[in-house]
Amino acid sequence: MTLTPVITEHWDQPDLYTLDGYKRVGGYVALEKALKLDPDAIINTVKDSGLRGRGGAGFPTGMKWSFVPQNDGKPHYLVVNADESEPGACKDIPIMMANPHALIEGVIITSFAIRANHAFIYIRGEVPNALRKVANAVAEARRAGLIGKNILGSGFDLEIVVHSGAGAYICGEETALLDSLEGFRGQPRLKPPFPAVAGLYASPTVINNVETICNIPYIIDRGVDWFRSFGTEKSPGFKVWAVSGHVNNPGIFEAPLGITMRQLLEYAGGVRGGGKVKFWLPGGSSVPLLTEEHLDLPMTYEEMAAAGTMLGTGTPMIFDETVSVVKAVTRWLEFYKHESCGKCTPCREGTYWITGMLENFEHGHAKESDLDLLVSACNQIAGRSFCALGDAAATPFPAALKYFRDEFVAATNSPVDDAFDPVASYIYAGAATR
Amino acid sequence: MAINEQTLASMRELVARYPQPRSALLPMLHLVQSAEGEVTTDGIAACAEVLGISPAEVTGVSTFYTMYKRKPVGEHHIGVCVNTLCGLLGGDAVYEALSERLGIGHNEPTADGKFSLERIECQAACTHAPVMTVDWEFMDDVTPTSALDVIDRLSRGERVESTRGPVIRNFEATEHTLAFPDDGLAGEGISVDAKMLAGLRYAKEHNMSAPRSGQEG
Repeated sequence: MTLTPVITEHWDQPDLYTLDGYKRVGGYVALEKALKLDPDAIINTVKDSGLRGRGGAGFPTGMKWSFVPQNDGKPHYLVVNADESEPGACKDIPIMMANPHALIEGVIITSFAIRANHAFIYIRGEVPNALRKVANAVAEARRAGLIGKNILGSGFDLEIVVHSGAGAYICGEETALLDSLEGFRGQPRLKPPFPAVAGLYASPTVINNVETICNIPYIIDRGVDWFRSFGTEKSPGFKVWAVSGHVNNPGIFEAPLGITMRQLLEYAGGVRGGGKVKFWLPGGSSVPLLTEEHLDLPMTYEEMAAAGTMLGTGTPMIFDETVSVVKAVTRWLEFYKHESCGKCTPCREGTYWITGMLENFEHGHAKESDLDLLVSACNQIAGRSFCALGDAAATPFPAALKYFRDEFVAATNSPVDDAFDPVASYIYAGAATR
Repeated sequence: MAINEQTLASMRELVARYPQPRSALLPMLHLVQSAEGEVTTDGIAACAEVLGISPAEVTGVSTFYTMYKRKPVGEHHIGVCVNTLCGLLGGDAVYEALSERLGIGHNEPTADGKFSLERIECQAACTHAPVMTVDWEFMDDVTPTSALDVIDRLSRGERVESTRGPVIRNFEATEHTLAFPDDGLAGEGISVDAKMLAGLRYAKEHNMSAPRSGQEG
């Protein structure tokens, strides 16, 4: 399968981030088309396209939009989830730095479709360079009459606010994001009601990922048939894949859904030093890891689910044989423990206990029976937590145990750093600097 | 130090952006850090006053988010990603090297107030591992040697450019950007680098492209 740059097609144009640069490559043509359409027709087009959310869950975007009640007399809101914080996910921030106007154009079209006159782009606070690029694009678009009152003479009004988070992974969970955007601690809300009915300020709200929104102008401009010519029936379209880890040329590669990891690896120059893939994750630390035997699976929502994992954010992390899976999983659990918001007991207490037990393995003083205890603890979190962060925290260990049980057994009485020299995993040349 | 009138006016400007005032609280707390260097009691009181909520409510929010600091931060705040991918690919050694050189640990400032150091979580730049940040601007693909070099140059007051972003300013300037992100620096420095172009360049070299529909101009 070949690479198909669409969202990334013009990233090598130095002024693409400006309004002039974006317009020169066809930017805002889709907006002009969209504003002449009936909003419901846009919703139906996005439904027909089969576009699924690129933030990790893969929910059908058009369906999400259609849940917003119309003629309800309440203000509607669009909130863009630009809180990209999932370990391994690194595609939304590059999109915003390279092509912020594609996001803005998508926001305007989406707002028009769902009848929202106010949109918010919630960007995590740790990336000022993405914030300033998007804020600059909003300011340029406003000066050009693309945001504000009576956009392009359509009678449609829209304000866009670029909002900075302040360091909390949980705010990527959509209801926690809403609480955060309302100026509270970012803790998830009970669902239902779903945000489409009672979201921001208890009004109907659509929350979409950055990459999802960036697909919209292309679907409107080039049509459903064109969009569906990429990918599969259940996973149509293209994807901004970000390949990281022990590969020769890590980076951004845009290709249709359904490409295999082996093909992406080839584009990324293969595993460094001609080595082998030990384990890899299709899209973030919250999806179960896979091994070399899974490299030829089509990376679609359905095939990844059939393999017992998830496509997630579509940002594969590759680890070679120098890496201790025990250490990798322990570090991820330390992350979930750190990021647990504390609202529900299974996640707050469970991440604490699991992390402690895993650290015992990392340091070589655990018992083999602890493995059963860990499985049990994960089962007490998965499906019993308030939101998906708890489920995610219960994911890395069981997947690792499935494929690498021997490594955990070996770690019961021997520190993993003895078996796996940490320096061997370093990516830079002449790594032995200590 | 009491919050001055200019900062209070900026807070009200933030409030005016939102349909409901309290939505401005996160940017307001960034603004407090830009003026005070950390979230001070005076800053909390000012936010509470402007929003008409209690200082306890503001405190409760400020303690939830890791970017809000309740103790002094250095002129330059250094972050090193020690999540799995960055950490194992060399971020652990980068953090240790910086910690040893600066003589400080996690979320501690140096005695001269020049630097503070933080073990940070995933920075959404895994393709550029190991990742460091200086005042939250990207310092991609660092090694212990290159990270120490950045510290040395900043110590000497030299000009240091982010690998994907503008020239490094200081922690307080970045905090102001987080409150008012249209800071006029969008055109400075490189934001799209070779790794972000890896796929596009490969596609061009191998005559790969996305098929176009007939209606596309």
